[in-house]
Amino acid sequence: MDLSLTQDEQAFRDEVREWLGANHPGPAPTGGDQAQFEFEREWQRKLHAAGWAGISWPKEYGGRGATLIEQSIFGEELARAKAPRPANVLGLVMGGPVVIAHGTEQQKERFLEPILSAEEIWCQGFSEPESGSDLASLKTRAVKADGGWRITGQKVWTTFAHEAKWCMLVARSDADAAKHKGLTYFLMDMEQDEVEIRPLRQITGEAEFNELFIENAWVPDENVVGGEGNGWMVAITTLMNERAGLGASAALGLANALDELIDLAKEQGRGEDPVVRDKVARLKIGIEGLRLGAMRALTQTMKVGTPGPEGSIAKLQWSSTNQALSELALEVGGVDALSKDSLWAYRFLRSRANSIEGGTTDVLKNIVAERVLGLPKLR
Amino acid sequence: MDFAFTDEQQEIKSTARDFLASRFKPEKVRELAESGQTYDEALWGEMCGLGWPGLAISEDYGGHGLGVVELVILLEEMGFALAPSPFISNAFAGVLIETAGSDEQKQRWLPGIASGEQRGAAAFTPGEEPIVGAATGATLIVLNDGEGARIVEASEVELERLPLIDATRAYFRARSDGGDPLPGDIAAAVDTGVVASSAELVGVAARALEMAVAYAKEREQFGRPIGSYQAVSHRLAEMLWDVEEARSLVYYAAWCADANLDALPLAASMAKARASDAACQVTHDAIQTLGGIGFTWEHDIHFFLKRARVSAQLLGTPSQHRERVAALAGLGG
Repeated sequence: MDLSLTQDEQAFRDEVREWLGANHPGPAPTGGDQAQFEFEREWQRKLHAAGWAGISWPKEYGGRGATLIEQSIFGEELARAKAPRPANVLGLVMGGPVVIAHGTEQQKERFLEPILSAEEIWCQGFSEPESGSDLASLKTRAVKADGGWRITGQKVWTTFAHEAKWCMLVARSDADAAKHKGLTYFLMDMEQDEVEIRPLRQITGEAEFNELFIENAWVPDENVVGGEGNGWMVAITTLMNERAGLGASAALGLANALDELIDLAKEQGRGEDPVVRDKVARLKIGIEGLRLGAMRALTQTMKVGTPGPEGSIAKLQWSSTNQALSELALEVGGVDALSKDSLWAYRFLRSRANSIEGGTTDVLKNIVAERVLGLPKLR
Repeated sequence: MDFAFTDEQQEIKSTARDFLASRFKPEKVRELAESGQTYDEALWGEMCGLGWPGLAISEDYGGHGLGVVELVILLEEMGFALAPSPFISNAFAGVLIETAGSDEQKQRWLPGIASGEQRGAAAFTPGEEPIVGAATGATLIVLNDGEGARIVEASEVELERLPLIDATRAYFRARSDGGDPLPGDIAAAVDTGVVASSAELVGVAARALEMAVAYAKEREQFGRPIGSYQAVSHRLAEMLWDVEEARSLVYYAAWCADANLDALPLAASMAKARASDAACQVTHDAIQTLGGIGFTWEHDIHFFLKRARVSAQLLGTPSQHRERVAALAGLGG
């Protein structure tokens, strides 16, 4: 066990740090509007030009072929520098890896480069109004036609839909097959009249997500990924990528927020309050527990291919800590923190989704119980 | 960056798991606890034969010169087995003397501690009348008055056995005026003791979780194993979360004690606060999962509950350690 960085790892970190120092574009505009998106798109172009977009992707597909530890260091450095997120985050984290893992050579040729350069933004069409945690029950239909498929149905919680060129869409291509077997994974062109996008206003007041109403939309055969009927298997890959994307950088984001909370407590004269101090300490411990668990999981993954039990709780640690942190900030910040214009109020409201998005806390506990502890299934 | 055990560390872990499982079967632990003996001289002799007491003491004084990570690996297994032994107190005395003792003190005392033939014991709380763990049969006792520590020969210390709920270890209130002060700074050694205790607590929690999971798989009510009900399975998932989070923090703190002393104060307090809470919560939840049988004297879980509660209280309570974490995290004071 040696938790210090090797010389190579240090050199990599220094390289990232130096590049960020010279190229950081300053804080992104907030508000989730077009200006923010364009800022993030420009930032991704800059990352890509320097070879930092898709660093986990193999070199032959335009990535950097970085090791897991380098990916983790990169994420940590971005968080430490409070760098903006790249515009095409879903394409980088989910779309690209799926095409690389399951796509044809033509698909790799066609789709990968525009993901890296943020020329084509990707969104994800998985969840439906009646299919949330039970994703495999989804009802959006895909009907075979000459040379392609006709898609009809409704999707929800679609981030970046209004910016996106491509939607990673899972639809039921065989209504007679068993639940998990009748699904196919499509790359659907969002620029067609048969796809209607409606913003979904959330409890923060903004519309970060959308609903998709799809009526007979067209997907050509060449945009099926992984073959007809394999949609579940392909989709699982993307979900696993989504979860693997958490970890050390999430812990650093929380550590930044805790520092702000500590400053707030001092400003408000609450820094001596023993109850506040106890809660701050619990947050600090939770954040370090997440960071160290992510490091353990990383080592384990590099040695044996999968994380140990510590990897299964990262999302639970992150969501509960972020929620507790913003709750304490509201308490410490007083009435000002409750203002509609307060960043803490926004963070508090946004954090309520943390235990729902990307796998609900309830379902994740089922997964821990069944797959890690080996308890019998209820079903 | 490598957060996995080396082959040698893995070997220590599996040797300890096998040895402790065969020597400290539940009925043996129960026998030692119920008889008030709290340890077995012959089994201690076997541990000495394995070289355990000298594991983290340098080779100059007859030890193996390994680190706190290796010590923590052993102690987690001892907590897992709930093995009654003088090991932790002897090891803590060794760390205090090696860190803060004079050359003469080291030469005089460390070889006996390393071989286990002239055992040390150490105070688990500072103060005028500190609590000393597992002092039975010790040759020397390291007392800590909060400012510094001193070595006192056991014959010079009045030891009053305390009837604490944890019967798997003997606890004493120590009274002594004399002694030979350790000239050095004991802070890092005390934090190492804190980490050592945290490792035992992780082992205690891990075993309680294992017992609860095994029971939840086999016990049936309403025609199904109770572990298939989410009220039960989600509680068990949260217990795993407690164990793994505490474990990450303890391994990190042990590594800090070996290789990053600047980070040790914060790391040790985070580990002890989290491991204490985890061990208490997991043993509570294990009893809840076991139901009525878990409340009986006949079931072993109560020994784990009681060890967890007493160890959580000693070497700094969770809230005391959180206060230190708050100060070190930026709130000052």
